[in-house]
Amino acid sequence: MDRAKVWKFEHNVDTDQIIPSQYLLLPSIDEMKAYAFEPLIKEFAGQVQAGDVIVAGENFGCGSSREQAPRVLNELGVKAVIAGSFARIFFRNAINIGLPAIICKEAYDAIQQGDVVELDLAEATIKIGDQTLECTKLPPYMQKILNEGGLIEFLNKEDAK
Amino acid sequence: MGMTISEKILAKAAGRDRVSAGEIHTVDIDRLMSNDGTTHLTIDMFNTILKKPRIADKDKLVFIIDHNVPADNPKTAAAHKKMRDFAKEHEIAFYEGKGVCHQIMMEEYVRPGELIFGADSHTCTYGALGAFGTGVGNTDFLYAIVTGKSWVMVPHSLRFHLTGRFQEGVYPRDLILTIIGDIGADGATYKVMEFTGDGAKAMSINERMVLTNMAVEAGAKTGIFQPDEKTAEYLAACGREPKYLLESDPDAVYEKEYYYDLSKIRPVVARPDNVDDVVSVDEVKNVIIHQAFIGSCNSGRIEELRTAASILKGHKIHEGVRLLIAPASNTVYLQALQEGLLDIFMDAGAMIMNSNCSVCWGSCQGVIGEGEVLISTGTRNFKGRAGHKDSKVYLASAATVAASAVTGKIGGHR
Repeated sequence: MDRAKVWKFEHNVDTDQIIPSQYLLLPSIDEMKAYAFEPLIKEFAGQVQAGDVIVAGENFGCGSSREQAPRVLNELGVKAVIAGSFARIFFRNAINIGLPAIICKEAYDAIQQGDVVELDLAEATIKIGDQTLECTKLPPYMQKILNEGGLIEFLNKEDAK
Repeated sequence: MGMTISEKILAKAAGRDRVSAGEIHTVDIDRLMSNDGTTHLTIDMFNTILKKPRIADKDKLVFIIDHNVPADNPKTAAAHKKMRDFAKEHEIAFYEGKGVCHQIMMEEYVRPGELIFGADSHTCTYGALGAFGTGVGNTDFLYAIVTGKSWVMVPHSLRFHLTGRFQEGVYPRDLILTIIGDIGADGATYKVMEFTGDGAKAMSINERMVLTNMAVEAGAKTGIFQPDEKTAEYLAACGREPKYLLESDPDAVYEKEYYYDLSKIRPVVARPDNVDDVVSVDEVKNVIIHQAFIGSCNSGRIEELRTAASILKGHKIHEGVRLLIAPASNTVYLQALQEGLLDIFMDAGAMIMNSNCSVCWGSCQGVIGEGEVLISTGTRNFKGRAGHKDSKVYLASAATVAASAVTGKIGGHR
């Protein structure tokens, strides 16, 4: 179980905030990652540490289908995104690239900016102080994709058979 | 127990007699569309991370450059070149500068009964023709290119019964904003929004597109209408045949039912920065605007251009306002030209842009600056969506946008 520092966000964080449109055609995710959350927290990309987690309210990742959104977070070392609920395309994209997107109804009220939490992905729990928050487990099919490291790893393993 | 039209399309795609909401199935994809917002990354993934790079069926693929076209800087130009070269090498259908991807797909490809994945969230538009279209990211798209398949969780459906007719000066745009305001930006998450009733049947395919296009703004996986005579007329005019003509069974199961009397809908706007913050036009009528935009995959078709022209005819736009108009495709552009609409727009002082996503995409054309206010027929009004992070976007019908451009303030047109 790893300890992780929290970056806290509000409800309805849309993909234009995670990575604005004007950076999407840059040549690589590596070039884009400096602009993650630029409209909301300008210093995010410079200060986030590998292993940190994001905690947000309802409907995280609403808006466009840009996979650049979960990928810049992944590239910056964000270990998981925890939200009350997710917009479906972001949710699917995150799992597909191997970034855990964890639905936890209590997280938004229980966890604050800068808190340190212990995340147990296998048990789908988050520990904050003495409190243990239960998360929603993924459907087995999605959990399998996540365990393989994402959909393309899943495909490559099938192709290697 | 019956099935909805969406369940029937997914059952066909899964090669099964029936499917039910909540099940996960492997499905065959009929068509795959990707645009310049993300395709350069998909191509990089195709070339670098696949163990066995291959394309299951090149004839199912369509690449469209519509977001940053013409290219606005050398990096965009490089992304476009990558897409152009890949399309040529692999003999993929390719469009550049011909229109917004969803408009081109509707004009050239979409057939009732098909399951279509697009690497763009507004792929849900295709339900206007009774197809199941949904948006995906690069990885899902790449997987589908390689295998011809994907996995879907069968969504629950919400049914919207539309009755009656709009009053004069009220449009489908006002209805869909009203619906999103009522159910919220996550009111249909992972669900289908199915539109039915005599009010739905009376709408043209273009009008239906205004509704299905914005289903994703309520979180939906897709929006859909059942095919009917109007669908048949549209397909005949485009020279296409349906794949399957499917209808929802009378005993199909819906998670929730909603009822809208179209005669009671009023002109509305969505206020910054959320699509579900919807109020009547009167409530914001003195807000000063700096730019107005008519276009996008939501409202850049001939109906909206005619409506705008009827309001702009004989008027000049306000001196403090730029009005940008981008027809949704070159077909629409030429029709507007032939109907004399472009003359009216130019006489009014508008800038007419090439067919592309334009201001709605907020990255290439007509970007707005710090503190500026835009009123738009686009799809989204998120913080910074049209440019500077401290600018504001109001969403409204083409009629409200045109009227506002004349007065310089958000206002009514009746």
